[in-house]
Amino acid sequence: MADIRLEGVGHSYDGGRTWALRPMTWTWRSDRAYALLGPSGCGKTTLLNIISGLLSPTTGRVWLGDRDVTAVPTARRNIAQVFQFPVLYEEMSVYDNLAFPLRNRKYPKAEIDQRVRRVSHLLGLDDHLRRRSRRLDPGRQQIVSLGRGLVRPEVAAVLLDEPLTVIDPAMKWTLRSKLKEIHRDTGHTLIYVTHDQTEALTFADEVVVLNEGEIVQAGEPTELFLSPAHEFVGHFIGSPGMNVVPAEIAGGAVRVGAEAVGRAVGEDGDLPPGPVRIGVRPEFVRITAAQATPGLTARITGVDRMGAYDLVRARVDDHPLVAKTGAGSRYAPGAVEFFRFDAGRAFLFRDAVRCGSIAPLDGRDGS
Amino acid sequence: MTGERLNDVSGDVSGEVSTAGAVVAGDRVEPEAPVGAALPRDEPGGQADTKPRNNRAWFLVLPVVVSVAFTAVIPLMTVVNFSVQDIFSPTDRIFVGLDWFRSVSRDPEVRAAFVRTLLFSAQVLLLEIPLGVAIAVSMPRHGLGVPVALVLVALPLLIPWNVVGTIWQIFARGDIGLGGWTINNVLGVNFNYTLDSTDAWITVLIMDVWHWTPLVALLAYAGLRSIPEPYFQAAQIDAASGWATFRHIQLPRLRGVLTIAILLRFMDSFMIYTEPFVVTGGGPGNATSFLSILLSKIAVGQFDLGPAGAFSLLYFLTVQIVSYVFFTVLTRTGR
Repeated sequence: MADIRLEGVGHSYDGGRTWALRPMTWTWRSDRAYALLGPSGCGKTTLLNIISGLLSPTTGRVWLGDRDVTAVPTARRNIAQVFQFPVLYEEMSVYDNLAFPLRNRKYPKAEIDQRVRRVSHLLGLDDHLRRRSRRLDPGRQQIVSLGRGLVRPEVAAVLLDEPLTVIDPAMKWTLRSKLKEIHRDTGHTLIYVTHDQTEALTFADEVVVLNEGEIVQAGEPTELFLSPAHEFVGHFIGSPGMNVVPAEIAGGAVRVGAEAVGRAVGEDGDLPPGPVRIGVRPEFVRITAAQATPGLTARITGVDRMGAYDLVRARVDDHPLVAKTGAGSRYAPGAVEFFRFDAGRAFLFRDAVRCGSIAPLDGRDGS
Repeated sequence: MTGERLNDVSGDVSGEVSTAGAVVAGDRVEPEAPVGAALPRDEPGGQADTKPRNNRAWFLVLPVVVSVAFTAVIPLMTVVNFSVQDIFSPTDRIFVGLDWFRSVSRDPEVRAAFVRTLLFSAQVLLLEIPLGVAIAVSMPRHGLGVPVALVLVALPLLIPWNVVGTIWQIFARGDIGLGGWTINNVLGVNFNYTLDSTDAWITVLIMDVWHWTPLVALLAYAGLRSIPEPYFQAAQIDAASGWATFRHIQLPRLRGVLTIAILLRFMDSFMIYTEPFVVTGGGPGNATSFLSILLSKIAVGQFDLGPAGAFSLLYFLTVQIVSYVFFTVLTRTGR
């Protein structure tokens, strides 16, 4: 197994006028399960196709371990790819489908048979080997396409491009846990492209968030949730997304209008005065009687009852603020309440990038 | 309805006002009995009557019925009419039953033409289908080459039949035609389609291939274009050779369009008339006299309406049967 290293890799579909993928340097470490998360059109598939060699990057080099594979055609890279919808050789049986990549690579017959049977056992396809692949249900068809990747002995990474798009929701859970199982059993590096945060967070060791052609944050699912490094990550992960309230730093304090929300703590040194944006997740906003900073007052506009919890909607100077509270809360629209932020969970963003956090004004811990 | 409503009222009233109940009940015994007796008889009929039975929408089909009658049924019936009579003059005719069918189907000249036409269609299909698919596969999928290739390939399709015939009649001539002259003087092969029956056959065959392979190519190209990109990408990842990609991805997905192409090309080539008529006129001898040429000779040349009618119907039936067989076989196999 080998790491996949991207060195200044970027891609442009229109000769450099706009970047589908901004030049980036990034390493996919061996044997890990990655989720590549991002909205439609952010460059996820482009990135995947560059790794698998279906697309050659406009700039940069792709390394597989210590081998420069930038110019190596797809067939000779040790990479398997599964697409959005099941791609099968429909008139072939399941067995022939699984054997196809090996037959093309001129493996001996006995070895092909042995490998196909192992993979079919792993994927639970034993009972279907003789069936025509087009007669399987879409879930099984997608498993067969995955099997075509796993059957090759030298495969270093399996790339999955939104593989569960066409699968119905009930089947998705089964397939996702199957994928995790396979990852555990085979130890292939998995890169799983999705725009569904639940899929990404439940599946991966590490989530890589891509937006507008660049990686905005990568980390473990909890890390992305608890401390988003970019406003986009805050929006995109979590439901509902992070609250963003424009504010101002003056004299070391964060102010919304005339109200002091808390003390600005820069990540590296003091933050210069000027406009910032406060980002805080609804989960870490509490409505309290005691007006202890960090926090601010806001006028409640309504309550959405979601069953297990309530979403209290409020406005601060025309900017929405949402707090996630226990079910059965009693807040009347129009009431002015104090919304307190949990210690260390309210952040400051400048140009969408995190630059600091908000601490209590008196210097002691907010609790 | 009225009966039921009265019943309800009686129930309410008798329950509430016990003293008046007898009187009220007594009053309504009269209407109730006839209504109750009438109900079982009335109800089915009554309900059926209330259902709207307006079938005037059938009139909307009338234009189709009329146009089909005039374009297909009536002409066909005229032919049927000819085929069972011996017509000497507009007023003098006798009914001969199936005699014409018998004599036409036993006529050696017709039988020879039938075999000849069938052979021609078989050769046309064997040449045009693989060639068309090959052209489609090698046509570009992206870029400026696409419109250029499309226009170039479609060009022969835009030329009228008799013009195609004229072009080839001149092109294949040994003295002034570029093709014929080249074969005779550059390749050194003696080629003369007006005298040699093999040369005439080849000329007509190549002309048809030139004229109609583009149709197969365009149909196949459309079929190929509809294959999603990931299939080709998967083939790359699976290290499939060009041939394997064609065999396992492209060809299976061309089944639909190729079924149509085969049917169209069979029907067209089996009924080919204008081009061989212009180029060879059916000759030399009977070498290129296909069914349609023979038919027009009998119908228009000799004005034998009876045999021509029987011939037409048999001809029509053959095309129908063969097309049906092709269609059934092509759509049922490999399911």
